This record gives sequence, structure tokens and C-alpha cells, in this order.
Amino acid sequence: MTTYLSNNWDTVLTALEQHIWLALLPVVIGLVAALPIGYLGVRFPWLYHPLVNVCGVLYSIPSLALFVFLPVILGTKILSPLNIVVALTIYTVALLARTVADGLKAVDPLVVQSATAMGYRRFRRLTDVELPVALPVILAGLRVATVANISLVSVGALIGVGGLGQLFTRGFQLFYVEPIVVGIVLSVLLAGLADLIIVLLGRLITPWIRFQEAAS
Amino acid sequence: MNLSYLLDPAHWDFSDGSIPMLIVSHLWYVLLSLAIGTVVALPIGLWIGHTGRGSFLAINAGNAGRSLPTLGLLMLMVTLLGLGLTPVLIALTVLVIPPVLTSAYAGIRNLDHRVVDAAKGVGMRPWQVLTKVELPMALPVLMSGFRSAALQVVATATVAAAVGLNGLGRLLIDGLAVNDYSRVLAGAIVVAVLAVVLDLILALAQRWVVSPGLSKR
Repeated sequence: MTTYLSNNWDTVLTALEQHIWLALLPVVIGLVAALPIGYLGVRFPWLYHPLVNVCGVLYSIPSLALFVFLPVILGTKILSPLNIVVALTIYTVALLARTVADGLKAVDPLVVQSATAMGYRRFRRLTDVELPVALPVILAGLRVATVANISLVSVGALIGVGGLGQLFTRGFQLFYVEPIVVGIVLSVLLAGLADLIIVLLGRLITPWIRFQEAAS
Repeated sequence: MNLSYLLDPAHWDFSDGSIPMLIVSHLWYVLLSLAIGTVVALPIGLWIGHTGRGSFLAINAGNAGRSLPTLGLLMLMVTLLGLGLTPVLIALTVLVIPPVLTSAYAGIRNLDHRVVDAAKGVGMRPWQVLTKVELPMALPVLMSGFRSAALQVVATATVAAAVGLNGLGRLLIDGLAVNDYSRVLAGAIVVAVLAVVLDLILALAQRWVVSPGLSKR
């Protein structure tokens, strides 16, 4: 294992770097896109069920199929990393739009009414009251989406762009276990680290949760 | 890109590699790994939920399992064990275990404490509390975990084709290899339809197994 790593350090590092970009860029874009979409699902209740169903169907499209199709639809080259980024963004939005809607729906109506009574307009009420209260739910969804993205990126290796997934295909073609194990370990570590960062960040931006827990 | 591959009757004739045969092998992978994963994960999840011991494991199993890249696991297993059904089942079962385990645990843990206390109070033994009270009442949560596992496995079973096995991934991989996008489209559509149909069947099963007292019907 160590000899493989020392001989192929550059390859592994490049793959890891590409993996991080391919997995995390879609998380950021997807979150930004999912917030307004999820909000629409709450603002207009008749939109909620169609939204949930569309998200479910989008999520059931195999990632491999999406990776292959996007070049045809977007006109990008098959080896362009953009295909992976767009595909994973679609999954992230499918996962998070529903979570955002569920989180906002679960906000205690009394809290919303109090905010309204205090003079909050709709937009300020959303950004200052409803979104913060829904944050724990949204962050839980964000954890799932981040971890799922990190493991999905490697499927992209089947079409030539897949970060650590390229170590899998290389090992598989050469019938050589080492690169596959290195790829799996790094991918799992990366997911664990990203998950931890979101948890810590979540604690930082929702300090009131700790006070609630201490009080109860 | 068009529907010609999907609509061509020659691809529906039950010969080797035809769409119906690929659906059968795909479903075979899916159902076997769902069954094995549930047999492994359900008792553990129920036990953790019932006793409250090891909840750390139950909570973190979900994210740990999700973070294992299925393609890597599959290729590792094929490299170690050789080509066959076993590597696919191992890789897919790893996807099934976390959601089933976590939802079984969460379903029991989130029950109203008074219900469990009442069950103990009327003299039920721990086994009866688990099978007659906790399990039936945890079923809605448990079923939603099982349904998300099923959705994920249906979509992911396509990677089996990447190591030379069957399943609907064949349409994707072979179509890509010969630049036949109509075949890739056929594969994607059939997988998505299969996922939706399976979810509908499980939704019906859920209505049937969940007690009317819980679903308020």
C-alpha cells in the first residue's frame, strides 16, 4: 500500500483534488438553487406534492445515465467535468428542495404569527425567522447530499472524469487491488471530513440549539 | 437521441440481452440485496431501538454506509473474488443496510414513551412489547427507510454492468461504448420507470401492513 502511494503520489493527489471540486461545487450551487425552490413548495401548498414527486423521479435516474446524457443535452464534450458538476447539482437540488420545504413547513405557526405581529414583512420574516428555525433540518439534508455526492463522483470514472473513481477503474483494469483500496479509503475519509465540517459549522451558526438542550 | 431502441420490438423478444431479460437480471440483483440487507439490518436496528444500547452506531451507520463508493467496492470485490453474483450483492447490500438500520432504530426511538410504558404496565414481556407495540408503530418510518433504500439500489444496480455483469446498466455501458445514445436513453427510461413502479408497489404494501389506527384511515 505504502509503495503504491509513494510511487503514485502525484496521480492520487490530482485525483483527490478533482474529486473535491467535482463533489463540493454541486453542493454549493445545489443549496443556493434549492432554497428558493423549496420555499415555493411551501408558499404555494399546491406545488408541494408535484415538487416532491419530481424530486423523487430525478433522484431515481441512474447517475451513469445522467453523466452520459448531459453532453448530448448541454452540447459539452463527453470528457468535460461540467457534465459531472451539472449531474450532481441536479441530484443535490432534488434532495435539498424537499428538505428545505419540509424544514420550512415544520416551523411552528405560532413563531411565524409572532414574527408577523412584531411587524416582519414576508421576506424579512423568511430570512430572519423561518430559515434560521428550519436550519437544523436543512443542515441534516446538506450532510446527506454532501456525503452522497462524494461517493457518486467516482461513477464518473466510467466516462473518464471521476476523481478518485479513476483509481478504481485503473485498478480494475490492471487487476490490482492497491489503487482501489486507496481510492475507497480516501473517498470515505473525505466524506467523513466534509460531514464533520458541516456538523461543526452547523453548531456555530445555530448556537440557540445548545442553549435549548442545556435548558431541557 | 431518440426512442427507436426502446420501441423496437426486436429488443423485447426475451432473447439474451433483450430488455425484458435485462429487467429480470436487474430486479434479481435488487431484490436479493434488499432481502439480504433487511435480514442483516432489521434485527440490529430493532435491537438498538428497543434497548437503547449502541445508538451511536445506529445514528452514524447511515452516513458511513452512504460514504462508501459503490463502484469502488464493486470493483474491489470483483478483483478479490472474481466475476459473479457475490461481488454485486456485497456492493449493493452495503447500500441497503444503513437506511434500514437507521430507520428501524429511529422508528422505535421516536415512539411516544407512554405507549411503551403502558405496554409494560399491562404485563407484556419485552419480546411482546417489541413485536406487538414497537415494531407495528415503527412501521411507517421503517417503510420509508426501506423505500429509499429500494430507490437507491434500483438506480445503483446499473454499475454492475461496468464490471461485465448484466442488469439494465448493460444498455448504458454498451450504448456508450458504441455511441448508441438511443440505447442509453432506453436504459435510463426503463430504470426510472422500474424505480417508480417499485416505489408504488411498496407504497401499496405500506398501506396494507401499517395498522389503520396509525395511518388514521
